[in-house]
Amino acid sequence: MTEIRWHSRAGQGAVSGAKGLGDVVATTGKEVQAFALYGSAKRGAALRAYNRISDEQIFNHAKFMNPDFVLVIDPALAFTDNIEVNEKEATKYIITTHLSKEELIEGIPALKGKEDRVYTVDCVQISLDTIGRSIPNAPMLGAFVKISGMFELDYFLENMARVLAKFPQKIIDGNMKAITRAYNEVK
Amino acid sequence: MAVKFDLNEREVWDGNYAASQALRQADVDVVVAYPITPSTPIVENYGSYVANGYIDGEFVMVESEHAAMSGCIGASASGGRVSTATSSQGFALMAEVLYQASGMRLPIVLNVVNRALASPLNVRGDHADMYLGRDSGWLQIGAFNAQEAYDLALCAFKIAENPSVRLPMMVHQDGFITSHTAQNVYPLSDEAAINFVGKIQPIDDMLDFSRPVTYGAQTEEDWHFEHKAKQHKAIMDSKPVIDAVLAEFKELTGREYKRVETYDMEDADVAIIGLGTTVETARVAAKNMREKGVKAGVVAIRCFRPFPLEEVREALKNCKAIAVTDRSSPGGAMGAFFNEVSAAMYTSTNRPIITNFIYGLGGRDFSIAEAERIYAEQMAHIEAGHITTDIQQFSGLRGPKLGFFRTERS
Repeated sequence: MTEIRWHSRAGQGAVSGAKGLGDVVATTGKEVQAFALYGSAKRGAALRAYNRISDEQIFNHAKFMNPDFVLVIDPALAFTDNIEVNEKEATKYIITTHLSKEELIEGIPALKGKEDRVYTVDCVQISLDTIGRSIPNAPMLGAFVKISGMFELDYFLENMARVLAKFPQKIIDGNMKAITRAYNEVK
Repeated sequence: MAVKFDLNEREVWDGNYAASQALRQADVDVVVAYPITPSTPIVENYGSYVANGYIDGEFVMVESEHAAMSGCIGASASGGRVSTATSSQGFALMAEVLYQASGMRLPIVLNVVNRALASPLNVRGDHADMYLGRDSGWLQIGAFNAQEAYDLALCAFKIAENPSVRLPMMVHQDGFITSHTAQNVYPLSDEAAINFVGKIQPIDDMLDFSRPVTYGAQTEEDWHFEHKAKQHKAIMDSKPVIDAVLAEFKELTGREYKRVETYDMEDADVAIIGLGTTVETARVAAKNMREKGVKAGVVAIRCFRPFPLEEVREALKNCKAIAVTDRSSPGGAMGAFFNEVSAAMYTSTNRPIITNFIYGLGGRDFSIAEAERIYAEQMAHIEAGHITTDIQQFSGLRGPKLGFFRTERS
């Protein structure tokens, strides 16, 4: 069982990102869950979205998890939300930020000593450049594909294009570029 | 002719989307709706299927849930296949008309996405609305995940419309936990689905002018009691039809449903019995407890009405301690589900220890760890030979422990 927790603000696309990831994962024959925890959904409010991925049917419906991956798609939430809550010794963090990894960890005491499992990528800038709006979910998926090693990039792109098929071609192309760029830039 | 809807063999759907696809495939004629969180997407999607030509149906928007169920009654009495969806306050506002629908023996399928009742206002899942419907004369069946919300909605039309049943049926799923959780769903083809559900056979069709009938007549003490007794008997007599439809569905899909389901119960000393998604989480906990040497099992009520009293007794007959979980505020009594399970076990020969857990109100998380703690507590009762705690406890509550009622011991 692989468990993923997304930290986001309403409107940044964590729920869509979690569902899109679930959609692609399902094509590999695995079982998935994608769900979110939000109050009365106001744009900008902090929220958490979750994925579970398993080879067998997933029976656990609890929100509680010890995540294998923590994906932070809002730069400020890395500092203000408890992104390390219920972490494991091997939990990997992928955080969107314009800062260097050293600068980021300097500002977040909870991440000290975890340099080897903290990864950074500027999802906000990448989505501005490729999609034209701050929608950091797509680039985060690209970074996740790289760090998790769960898929080949081409396989992921091909299936993500199918998930996005209802959108105009321009949006699909932007998302493909965003995923590819984040895949290459995450470090 | 409806436009063909492209479906994959494997989809990733949430419970709401799954239920709405079942309405499309069952070729529902009329949906009368007033949307409410978290069930809104069910009727919203049906409306979009109608607007985009994927179904030849009528989507009627009305001013309240009371009007929604009233509209469903009119459409159903006219001979159509009819469905809608609601939750919580909407369900409460519908309550008066639910009794009208069941009393008129109209086979409406109501998708209930379970949500807490205010006050305080809360949009999340608990079973307060489901419990509110338990004496309304509707059949009630529960889905524990999105696949089941789809499967059981298809089965519900076939059960409700069966000429020997002719009763309305609710298909329940947990708000957000099922309705908004996307997961793998394996749908039937449109053709296989409609062949399974079949066409509705109108009975006493109100628009048959050659044979006029009356719906909603008045009866006082001369006949009211006989009508209600007959209605109760019809609910009791629906069991073989429910079993037959579920068996036919298994034949078609390989997915097996029973009115009462048991997991790891063959040799279980301790059991959790519950409704909804909790069942699946408890199954994981039972497996974990077995690794620790505790013979733990789970009993699930799939069919809440008619209440499967004999099947519950059979499922728990060798069990020594049972935790009955109620996801609804008991309002000054033991949990209603606890009372029903206790009534079943009072007429058993083993007379196990039974305790009651009130949990998960307003969407409070129910974790594997908490289920394991409950199992461990049941083991302590067995070792002591009596209930070592209050009979009713609150599980997952913040602050000091809260419990009520003690066993009388000589």
